[in-house]
Amino acid sequence: MGLSGIRTVAIACAVVLVSAPLFAQQSSDVEALRAEVAQLRQAIDALEAKLAALQGGAAVAPAPAPSEPAVSAQSAAPVGASKVFNPDTSVLANFVGVAGKNHVSERPSLQLDEVELAFQADVDPYARADFFLSAGPEGLEIEEGYITFTALPQHFLLKAGKMRAQFGKVNPTHTHLMPTVDRPLVTDNLVGGDEGLSDSGFSLSKLIANPILYVEATGEMFSGHSNVFHSDRRSQLNYVGRLRAYRDITEGSNIDFGTSVAFGPTEVGPDMKKRLFGVDATFRYRPLRRAIYRRFQARTELVWSRQDLPAATRQNAFGLYGLGEYQFARRWYFGGRYDRSERALDAAIRDTGGSLFLTFWPSEFSQLRGQYRRTNYGEGLAANELLFQASFAIGAHAAHAF
Amino acid sequence: MRSMIRLLAVSMLAIVAGSRPAAAAVQVVTTTADLGSLAQEIGGDRVSVTALAKGYQDPHFVDPKPSFILAVSRADLLIVIGRELEIGWLPPLISSSRNAKIQPGGKGYLDASMNVKILEIPTGQITRAMGDVHPSGNPHYWLEPDNGRRIAQAIRDKLSELSPADRAYFAQRYSDFNGRLAEAEKRWTAAMAPYKDAKIVTYHRSWPNFMERFGLDVIGYVEPKPGVPPSPTHTLELIAEMKRQGAKLIVVEPYFDLKTAQSIANQVGGQVLVLAPSVGGAKEASDYIKLFDYDVNLLAATLKQVTGK
Repeated sequence: MGLSGIRTVAIACAVVLVSAPLFAQQSSDVEALRAEVAQLRQAIDALEAKLAALQGGAAVAPAPAPSEPAVSAQSAAPVGASKVFNPDTSVLANFVGVAGKNHVSERPSLQLDEVELAFQADVDPYARADFFLSAGPEGLEIEEGYITFTALPQHFLLKAGKMRAQFGKVNPTHTHLMPTVDRPLVTDNLVGGDEGLSDSGFSLSKLIANPILYVEATGEMFSGHSNVFHSDRRSQLNYVGRLRAYRDITEGSNIDFGTSVAFGPTEVGPDMKKRLFGVDATFRYRPLRRAIYRRFQARTELVWSRQDLPAATRQNAFGLYGLGEYQFARRWYFGGRYDRSERALDAAIRDTGGSLFLTFWPSEFSQLRGQYRRTNYGEGLAANELLFQASFAIGAHAAHAF
Repeated sequence: MRSMIRLLAVSMLAIVAGSRPAAAAVQVVTTTADLGSLAQEIGGDRVSVTALAKGYQDPHFVDPKPSFILAVSRADLLIVIGRELEIGWLPPLISSSRNAKIQPGGKGYLDASMNVKILEIPTGQITRAMGDVHPSGNPHYWLEPDNGRRIAQAIRDKLSELSPADRAYFAQRYSDFNGRLAEAEKRWTAAMAPYKDAKIVTYHRSWPNFMERFGLDVIGYVEPKPGVPPSPTHTLELIAEMKRQGAKLIVVEPYFDLKTAQSIANQVGGQVLVLAPSVGGAKEASDYIKLFDYDVNLLAATLKQVTGK
């Protein structure tokens, strides 16, 4: 039945309903009329449901002949007219609490650390766009906003815009997707902390086909305005390179290696450059039959920093972290992290630390986490802290992190 | 210098040309093993099929591994279940694949849900409070033979579009598959006929098409809401409902923990039955028709025990 046919029947039913009391006056069998009205109401409900289903593109197809099922327009994917071209939109919040004393790194006891607005959609047949706006205590900023050209030949992928650089594993990861409340000491000391190496520029990557490994090479060029690099001139840019190799060991385990380099100008002084070199390795285990109940991940990341200083001197600094996380029930994860890092401008100061963390995962859209963190700062100060995190999201279903 | 550049360009072209496989088989990647089996049925030796998710893993929770990116990057055709089943893992594989052919809307992208019977399309306001609902309907639609037929038809048409020279070959293979499926359906219908309207419980909402096709009455779910683990309150309510309606059978997918289901079955004097929701979900369910052979035979045998029919 066509849409106009359904509307006609619905109007006819409504007319019958409206006129029903008149007939009731003429009939002695009021109960029979009531029953008829109830039936008509049901008919209208059914028609309205069918109309709504048709408008929403419902896909209950008619029973087909076994030999050659008929193609039904009703099977088309439902598309709400109001959101046809709207991007996938989600809002993610990261609420953090801290207890205990830390004289080096003060942060409020309770803080809505970040609200992230994400908008993602295809731009056209050749590209997609991703925007992540971050609102925090310091205001609203563009955390990332870039176009990705997905249809380039020869397995190239090009991004343009503002983005987190592909340096190691922690730097490209948004805070709410970290396995811990905080970032490792080496990130704070050498790779720019929470915001890290995030800048406007280009990123070009390529899959290098070979029968043994997944190999991806990435080259990036940024303007030199991030927490790590600082440029005074247009000609002074910041460059990042990464080579990643991945291989499945079994169907449920795999190993992931990466090396990263970054270099560019800094605010230490004119022509004072900084070079970063990183190595990371990740082992994952997730038995497929029990994938929603068990998972283990071990990761380490090592970073070397070489900072030019005045009077033709240099400061070399090194830092690392090692992290293990185990999912022991459908909604529970437990893990630990070891931290050690020298300071970028004074490698004689070395901070060390360790954390234990427990995560409860009510659903894919929320998580609660507690973390005990001990930090021994190079100045001789120690901090014991308890951190709490509630992160939650509304809106479109985001892809799972890997 | 110019000759050097020419030499370099020619060398690069040679490398690029040499890296392409000589075989003309259509490279097909499917998100699930069911789609893989149907693609193999229709494509025969003119296709090379790679299925990403295994039949014994939860298709909602698949890791978007780089090895999958490699597979998708080489695909001429990507066939997906759609209806947001793969929303947690497929988008990054597609966008990282650097393969223009298989981008949504591309010639090499086939959403298998476009010509099938979809059940449980939510109406009215949908919120996450309802659990992991799929706004465009239940995506486990492949568990109905006629939907398998429709998917096979769509694959036949798409392969014919990609490889027109093999159109007759694909049509013949579809015809052969369709004939075998129709014969098998008679078998399955007869096996399940005695148990029409039998009341059962399933763990997740994976089986609406299957149960409707064979006339079984699903009276509840071990999950209180889609994707939400069992809670004590819901479990007690479910036990009471099963006792009230005389339901004795709980169907569970191979990737869920059996503890809660077994505990409920013990309370109602019933049984837990692990069925294969996908090709490869059990060793015997090695292709699409064998999947139904396995499930129907096992279900009929178990229903015979619990109903005494």
